[in-house]
Amino acid sequence: MRGFLTAPIGPKTLMKLERMTFMPAATNTKRNLVTAALVAPAAAWLMIFLVLPFIAMLVFAFGERAPEGGYQAAFTFAQFARLPTRAAAFWNTMVLAPVGALLCLLVAYPVAYYLAVKADPRYRLILVSLVVVPFWTSLLVRTYAWMYILGSRGIPNLLSMIGLEDVRLLNTPGAVLLGIVYGYLPLMIMPIYVSLEKLDRRLLEASADLGAKPVSTFFGVTLPLSLPGVMTGVALVTILLLGEYLIPQLLGGGKVFFIGNALVDLFLQSRNWPFGSAIAVTLVAVVVVILMVAMRIAFRVAGTRQVDLV
Amino acid sequence: MTSASTNDIEFRSVAKRYGSVTAVSDINFAVPKGAFMALLGPSGCGKTTCLRMIGGFEQPSEGTVYISGEAMNGVAAYRRPVNMVFQQYALFPHLDVEQNVSYGLRQMRPRISGAEISRRAQEALEMVRLGGFGKRRIHEMSGGQQQRVALARAIVNKPKVLLLDEPLAALDKKLRTAMQIELQTLQRELGITFVLVTHDQEEALSMSDFVCVMNAGRIVQVGPPQEIYDRPSSLFVADFVGKTNRIEATVDNGGTSILFANGTRFAAPSATMPSVGAATVALRPEAISLKRNGAAGTAALAGTVTHRIFLGSSVEYSVDVDGLGDFLVTADRRALGDGDLVEPGDKVGLAFDPNALHVFPA
Repeated sequence: MRGFLTAPIGPKTLMKLERMTFMPAATNTKRNLVTAALVAPAAAWLMIFLVLPFIAMLVFAFGERAPEGGYQAAFTFAQFARLPTRAAAFWNTMVLAPVGALLCLLVAYPVAYYLAVKADPRYRLILVSLVVVPFWTSLLVRTYAWMYILGSRGIPNLLSMIGLEDVRLLNTPGAVLLGIVYGYLPLMIMPIYVSLEKLDRRLLEASADLGAKPVSTFFGVTLPLSLPGVMTGVALVTILLLGEYLIPQLLGGGKVFFIGNALVDLFLQSRNWPFGSAIAVTLVAVVVVILMVAMRIAFRVAGTRQVDLV
Repeated sequence: MTSASTNDIEFRSVAKRYGSVTAVSDINFAVPKGAFMALLGPSGCGKTTCLRMIGGFEQPSEGTVYISGEAMNGVAAYRRPVNMVFQQYALFPHLDVEQNVSYGLRQMRPRISGAEISRRAQEALEMVRLGGFGKRRIHEMSGGQQQRVALARAIVNKPKVLLLDEPLAALDKKLRTAMQIELQTLQRELGITFVLVTHDQEEALSMSDFVCVMNAGRIVQVGPPQEIYDRPSSLFVADFVGKTNRIEATVDNGGTSILFANGTRFAAPSATMPSVGAATVALRPEAISLKRNGAAGTAALAGTVTHRIFLGSSVEYSVDVDGLGDFLVTADRRALGDGDLVEPGDKVGLAFDPNALHVFPA
């Protein structure tokens, strides 16, 4: 449960939480007040900066573009009807975001496994903090560095020295994926590391004791028990990638663009707020659906409660 | 490959070191086929290390562990014909009860059919009286039930040896006693060799055929429970296994008599005596009988009752013996013949057979 940082809590979960919390009737009111006081700042923040803008966006999405740009009141589905004109942006986002997240997972899992299981406990903390060192430099700067490395004066230049002419790396889906894996790796490593780190070593011994070879132990015990971390990482990275703007802008040029790039273009260049809003609303709807499916799968595979108890 | 060895487990000059720290050394013992052996000792004595070397989770630094006559040096845990009931059970939380029990069966090569797997898993669950609990989640089971699941998960693979690492430590007293009987019954039914690690002397004495007492990384005595209790080979064993009174004394007259620190003299017990000199004498609390002062018979020592602990069927007294300090005496309720309990403050005499004295050089 607590692994899902960004997950909305459904009514079923709320009912469960209520059943779990036992409160004597007398102290109910006081406790409720304390709870309200604790929740209020975050709630106010979300109300002003998330809910209200979202409502504004919903309203815009059914409006029209004013002749001089911006929003003009109306009620029309015209903006949604025009969604197919941005099909390429949707397609790139819907393919490259999950593929990028899965690539991230493939690179991150062995790292997290090494850190949590194999690394010498004396150096573990240092190694784990090394994972977040890249965050000390802005992603913008680091992505610019990749632009140079992949650009004509970088790797292609080196390749031309050994006779491989005209290799284009920059402004390709591959370059965007590379940037994604590079930029989002720490966000994938951390939740997996956490779930592997709290994995009870005796369970691995028990598996070996029962005759399981190391590979069987990994797929039978380690992987299933780290699934909550995996799902958290994949959901986190996928959701952030759905709104990604910087990496496709720099490493994809004008050729590989995400919804984020389309939005910037619509809001800032063509000043078509209603169409931009319609795209944004659609994106939010897609994210919510993906999240619900991911949570369903994670809970089914790993069970609900006992994963946290381990 | 398998020799005609009659021992299921054998340790030959085994030592285990972690860096410069020696966990166990000079370990030699054998467990006959079908026996119930207990490794008993205080925490940190190396008993769990020994068990883990049988299971294959640790490799000895020196010497060899044999299972059914085969040397196990370098053999991985998953290839050993033994199964373990882990401390706190180590059940798989993501699997239900039946999946936990059948985990080992699913690892077997050549593969066993699904129907056969579930039949055997059911059989094992019936054996620990958990038939019908197969679809439960582990966290839905009580401590005692989880204990049985762990047991079923281990015996379902029909191992040559079952290893039990403090299996009853997490259970309450009543459940523990019930499980002691159940484990013994199970061991007889299955005919599997059991090796039990425990720090609880009562558990070791009540269940096993052999007790191997360990201290500070070494074996101090091996033998049947009664022998361990009645003829402890050292003061440590006398102290650790059961309760004991320690008396400072001197052996003199060429080893034929013992002089207690308060000047009382006894004939030496018939058992082997240490050579003349300072000694410590151990005396079991139940080997002493209380005599009211002035009552018939000759009491060996005199003292005053300071505390009384009523235990139901028996009573424990703390007696301050003149010149020797506190003695613990366990008495039957009617030890004094008249059915009365001795009151704190009462003057009493302590009588015992000198042959009940265990004399160890100081």
